[in-house]
Amino acid sequence: MTTLPTSTEKKLGLVIDLDTCVGCHACVVSCKGWNTENYGAPLSDQDPYGAAPKGTFLNRVHSYEVQPENGSAAQLIHFPKSCLHCEDAPCVTVCPTGASYKRVEDGIVLVNESDCIGCGLCAWACPYGAREMDQAEGVMKKCTLCVDRIYNENLPEEDRQPACVRTCPAGARHFGDLGDPDSDVSKLVAERGGMDLMPEQGTKPVNKYLPPRPKDKIEEIDILAPFLAPVAEEPKGFLGWLDKTLERL
Amino acid sequence: MHPARSIILFTSLSGLGFGLLAWLGIDGDAPTGWVGFIFFAIAYALACGGLMASTFHLGHPERAIKAFSQWRSSWLSREGVAAVATLVVMGVYAFFLVFFGLQISILGWIGAALAIVTVYTTSMIYAQLKTVPRWNTPLTSALFICLALAGGALLSGRVLFAINLLVIAAIIQVIWWQQGDTRFSESGTTLASATGLGSIGKVRAFEPPHTGTNYLMDEFMHVVGRKHAQKLRAIALVLMIGLPILFLLLPFAHLFALLAVVSHLAGVFVSRWLFFAEAEHVVGLYYGKR
Ligand code: SF4
Ligand code: SF4
Ligand code: SF4
Repeated sequence: MTTLPTSTEKKLGLVIDLDTCVGCHACVVSCKGWNTENYGAPLSDQDPYGAAPKGTFLNRVHSYEVQPENGSAAQLIHFPKSCLHCEDAPCVTVCPTGASYKRVEDGIVLVNESDCIGCGLCAWACPYGAREMDQAEGVMKKCTLCVDRIYNENLPEEDRQPACVRTCPAGARHFGDLGDPDSDVSKLVAERGGMDLMPEQGTKPVNKYLPPRPKDKIEEIDILAPFLAPVAEEPKGFLGWLDKTLERL
Repeated sequence: MHPARSIILFTSLSGLGFGLLAWLGIDGDAPTGWVGFIFFAIAYALACGGLMASTFHLGHPERAIKAFSQWRSSWLSREGVAAVATLVVMGVYAFFLVFFGLQISILGWIGAALAIVTVYTTSMIYAQLKTVPRWNTPLTSALFICLALAGGALLSGRVLFAINLLVIAAIIQVIWWQQGDTRFSESGTTLASATGLGSIGKVRAFEPPHTGTNYLMDEFMHVVGRKHAQKLRAIALVLMIGLPILFLLLPFAHLFALLAVVSHLAGVFVSRWLFFAEAEHVVGLYYGKR
């Protein structure tokens, strides 16, 4: 059914720390790897080694430059973006076939690929660009929150989290239940002022983004400067002659 | 938005077809026999041709039947249901008209109402999208319905209705264009709200996620056609409204009636092309494009 559940038992999602993300794209690669080999149709590439490569990804990392108002140095912020598993997911309600749905038990938004007709309307309805039509398969692909990892008892316990979270070398991605105020992710969000993307679109995203911490300012703290005042102003004697001669050459 | 040919064809042709069906349905003196057959054949060819064209852009057209299942929430599904209901009801109505010369008016009225509902559902597929501020207005539905009725009146030879509806359509179209030009900035969605970084300062897209293109960029970030938008708007108005009215005002001749229809349809194509080409999806912000 493409009507949305009024509430879900859990709100599983990601918390992405914009302060620590170093923009290495490791999550992009691990996401592509895991989701090509597991749940649903593989994520295809078109012309991967040619002049105009193109392909399906469920997670992409943008980079933005922010120029603070107070004139201090511009900041470069790496910005990973995957499905935000919205509570009011417009992508689900527009789906004519029922292929798109939001799970009652954990709030994950999924596509049942054998029902998808590839009309693309859900991608039109998502403001975040989190859905991509696979060009080889003709079905809609999106982040599954690695549903085939997080409950997978065949994996060692430490691997039962999304591939992108597991792989991030900077610890910039966190996974958990954002519906539980006592979960680690909820505490992190509360502590760091986690925010919604495009709140005005009314999608109520579950995923939260932690804003970059304010940067330090370089104050005038050069305590050695007085001791390093230049000693000789103008060279005299032989050096002075050498200096002038060399200048004339 | 990428102006896909299949969708432009679909919305224009089926709009016209359902518009014609609506007029045939409420006609107190509906055509019977051969004349009736030709009218209904044209209407069905347009409506079904449009619907068929719309399946060309599907990744899996063989599963299209599933699209009738989610009418409780999805406008696209509702459109499918409404279209089939219209075609069935009007089919029965046409059958008795053509073969028995018998007009079952109540069926005609129901069919006409369904035809208008169908055009409305089509328009809502676009008008519901908050992500495309230009479309996200009730005026979109008004425009689609008015154009369908005007085209239908034109095709069924209702000169007075056609002229009046064309004038109204022109007014809605111009207002829709004008309001559309500022709707994106009025929507309040900006790169600052998209990234949440606006509180720090001015945000600029520095690097895209990849050097090439992707599905989102091809589908949503169409900037090529906008350069000539003003000229194309003028062309659309002349073809869609101006020339047809002129032809209708000339002393009646079948040639002029035909020219009026052809010109109108060409104008609707241009207008629909602009409908997509000029529409900006908010996801473009993430890529520093609109
Ligand atoms: S981010 Fe997009 S695809 Fe994911 S739930 Fe929200 S609207 Fe749907
Ligand atoms: S592309 Fe598939 S999942 Fe998306 S709206 Fe169409 S049928 Fe539903
Ligand atoms: S949760 Fe899984 S599918 Fe989603 S972005 Fe991370 S790796 Fe990709």
